[in-house]
Amino acid sequence: MFTIENILLVFQELQPGELERWIGNQWVRPEGKPGAWRFHDIDMARIRLILDLRDTMDVEEPALPTVLSLLDQLYDMRRRMIRLNEAMEQTLPTEFRAALRAHLGG
Amino acid sequence: MADDPYKLLGVAKDATAEEIRKAYRKLAKKHHPDLNPGNKAAEETFKLVSAANELLSDPEKRARYDRGEIDGSGAEKPQRQSYRHHAESGAGARYAHGGAEQEFGGENFEDLFSTIFTGRAAGGGRPARGQDEHYALTAEFLDAVNGTTSRLSLPDGRILDVKIPPGTEEGSVLRLRGRGGAGRNGGPAGDALIEISILPHKFFTRDGQDIFLDLPVTISEAVLGGKVTVPTPAGQVAMTIKPHSDTGTKLRLAGRGVPAHGKRPAGALYVTLRVVLGTVDPELEAFLKNWKPAEAQKNPRAEMG
Repeated sequence: MFTIENILLVFQELQPGELERWIGNQWVRPEGKPGAWRFHDIDMARIRLILDLRDTMDVEEPALPTVLSLLDQLYDMRRRMIRLNEAMEQTLPTEFRAALRAHLGG
Repeated sequence: MADDPYKLLGVAKDATAEEIRKAYRKLAKKHHPDLNPGNKAAEETFKLVSAANELLSDPEKRARYDRGEIDGSGAEKPQRQSYRHHAESGAGARYAHGGAEQEFGGENFEDLFSTIFTGRAAGGGRPARGQDEHYALTAEFLDAVNGTTSRLSLPDGRILDVKIPPGTEEGSVLRLRGRGGAGRNGGPAGDALIEISILPHKFFTRDGQDIFLDLPVTISEAVLGGKVTVPTPAGQVAMTIKPHSDTGTKLRLAGRGVPAHGKRPAGALYVTLRVVLGTVDPELEAFLKNWKPAEAQKNPRAEMG
């Protein structure tokens, strides 16, 4: 668990007030309350992601909400696919799996 | 290679900071894990490229590396997991689109897996349009030029009568509305999409609306001229050959190419004559042996050296 001070130390590129703005936009979702935010590993990775998008991949600020929304939808889908795959592995009899693979052209 | 950051970024040892930055951004855009979900190689490449950039864009570290004081991984911080790694685990639900994590059956899944996850029987539920189905059909050259109706037997036993319009070109896709997959719950059927391939013809070729033909003629017909019968897509026509024609002489028959259809006017038939000797008449041979033309025959191979 990291505090905002930890975060600002790691990400020197962050301008003052920038992270608070991102939290207000829901782009970063730490636990806790303003003044006592608690950041998990995923939140740190999320901040890294936003900085990569903006500073390395030239995604301008007005486009960031759209890009993050698309990424989140993409990952929602991937998480569900992963869960679906696990569910199939645990419940589908082997002959059903073969039929499924054949149907999918695999 | 993993140890040489210059090679990793593809820059020279004396590259400027700007060149290094440009090279890094180009590679980062290509291999960023969030743009390549599921691709382990991209993630590895991205880590290496990022580490190389971190080393070379810091003047002090770069200097130390150049002096041999640290190696290519000397600047490596403890690797943090990429966003992708978190996002694909259960923890990723923190950033679910639209706030709270939705179980199977949420709005983003319902339309994709309606029959399995909502447990609806096949009879219930909202009407849905049937699937479009794709088929291939091969047509004869003249059938495609003149138009025809072709019968297609589908794997499920249905028969489709496919109307091929005049002038259909290779690769055209014909859409038969409502002849594809059945709709569900009272929804409309999908379409049948039929891609047309065209077989070549023995002597006609085609370019757009125009048809081309090499026409064999006898030496007498070429020298003396006369009327000959010429095949066209619409049937035989009479054509007059001028005296003193030769192999390569081109004649244009307007309107005898691909027939008019829609906005396109009829094309032309281009006939190129080819003089064919056939079995040589003994009199002709005898004549040529003794033939001394008033003007010596021009050598047709003169320009070939």
